[in-house]
Amino acid sequence: MSDVLTALIKIFVALGWFLVLTLYLTWVERKESAVLQDRIGANRASIFGLRLFGLFQPFADAIKMIFKEDFVPAFADKVLHTLAPFVSFFFVAVTIAAMPFGDDIVVGGKTVGLQVFDPSVGLLYVLAMLSLGIYGIILSGWASRNRFALLGSARGAAQLISYEVALGLSLIGLIMVFPSLRMSDIVRFQGGTILGFLPRWGVFLQPLGFALFFVAALAETKRVPFDLPEGESEIIGFFAEYGGLKWGLFMMTDFMEIIVVSALLATLFFGGWQVPWLAADGFHWPWGGHWALARWLVVVLQVLAFQAKVVFFCWLQILIRWTYPRLRYDQLMDLGWKVLIPLGLLNILATGLVMSL
Amino acid sequence: MVKAWGYLWALVKGAAVTTRHFIVNMWFHTLRLVGFKRLRAGAVTFQYPEVRKPLAARHRSLHRLVARPDGRPRCVACLLCVTVCPSECIFVEAEEDPDPDVQKTAGRFEIDLARCSFCGFCVEACPEDAIRMDTGTIELAARSRADLLFDRDRLLRRN
Repeated sequence: MSDVLTALIKIFVALGWFLVLTLYLTWVERKESAVLQDRIGANRASIFGLRLFGLFQPFADAIKMIFKEDFVPAFADKVLHTLAPFVSFFFVAVTIAAMPFGDDIVVGGKTVGLQVFDPSVGLLYVLAMLSLGIYGIILSGWASRNRFALLGSARGAAQLISYEVALGLSLIGLIMVFPSLRMSDIVRFQGGTILGFLPRWGVFLQPLGFALFFVAALAETKRVPFDLPEGESEIIGFFAEYGGLKWGLFMMTDFMEIIVVSALLATLFFGGWQVPWLAADGFHWPWGGHWALARWLVVVLQVLAFQAKVVFFCWLQILIRWTYPRLRYDQLMDLGWKVLIPLGLLNILATGLVMSL
Repeated sequence: MVKAWGYLWALVKGAAVTTRHFIVNMWFHTLRLVGFKRLRAGAVTFQYPEVRKPLAARHRSLHRLVARPDGRPRCVACLLCVTVCPSECIFVEAEEDPDPDVQKTAGRFEIDLARCSFCGFCVEACPEDAIRMDTGTIELAARSRADLLFDRDRLLRRN
């Protein structure tokens, strides 16, 4: 009974964290883009005159979308048209289950992992769910029976399948170094240091793998500079025939993918919840010296470290989205097949050579 | 290969530009938030309904009829503005002025803002300096076409 209750609480907290962060990422996107373009950004939404830098804007947006008409075009396939945004949303929402938020904690004599579930194939599970998200895009374009929507979903399918290969290849080197697919194990392997001072993070062991994964993951989020499926200035994209809350679900999926990619980057390459030089009993400074900390404080620091890393990568992705122009379609395919995949194979070869020495 | 490194360098430079803007603007936003209002703002935005961008001295805004000291318009109904107006949006009807030195003045003076293109030719043409476009009113939206028809009294009210 208590196991079920623990699992339910974990699901509730993880999903709540995910959705609230998604909601506020829309605010961060608007504000960050405004700040780096010397603007102010959305700051008018208020409750009784209280503006708070537009922090209520996400709620205003949500209310607006909820009250819009739930419109299905007469020529569209009703069932699939309705199903598509939910498919898209579902497969991103479930990936958060495998993200380790912190080290195991002991509550009432029982060990509880700060992770909804921790299968031995956690990494494959996340990648599989991210790939299944393509079905939402294909379905939406196909069920809309609109040429531009279909064009967008065809582009989306081609792009995601191409970059799926590069994404998988970029992670093989990492799996060779940390011989596990279990997310919590991957994070645990990243504790400690190399050469006595450098945290043993994936980015220091697999710098090329990190760069390749980052580019491929950016392409997976389908945002500028890889927003060919949407391409709002040329074709409206796979959600051309959507409006109101269903369109909102597609947008939310986009933002949730940013968070998932950030969480993956943090977990795989930046030590997840590991804080540099922080072990279970406190800090062990590289210059010698020990700073003991209470166990609960260590756990809180680690959870906060994971949050900080996720937020940083969300910030970085939004910065990239507002800096670079969109790639042309052939450039996109060239980058995927002629640059990322050969470099991924090279990375595997180099990792193998170094490990066999 | 050299070309590829050039592209990579360009990507880094682009990201550096936006990051610099982000950090500098956030720095000044934060300083203003904690009370250093004299330093430059973090954004170039004028927050319009509360803060208005100053209009240039030569800006052409809503017209007004300039009044004599007794409140009657300076206009002598010479119809030069009507003649010069490219939008044909001015309508003037003369009437006798009680002052024998003036003799003639505008009984009706209507400007249809729905047609006006704010070229300012009427102001240039007027020999009496009776019409000016210096009220500074730039919000001219109306709910009906009739509301955009400014008659003599409405044009005089801006003195």
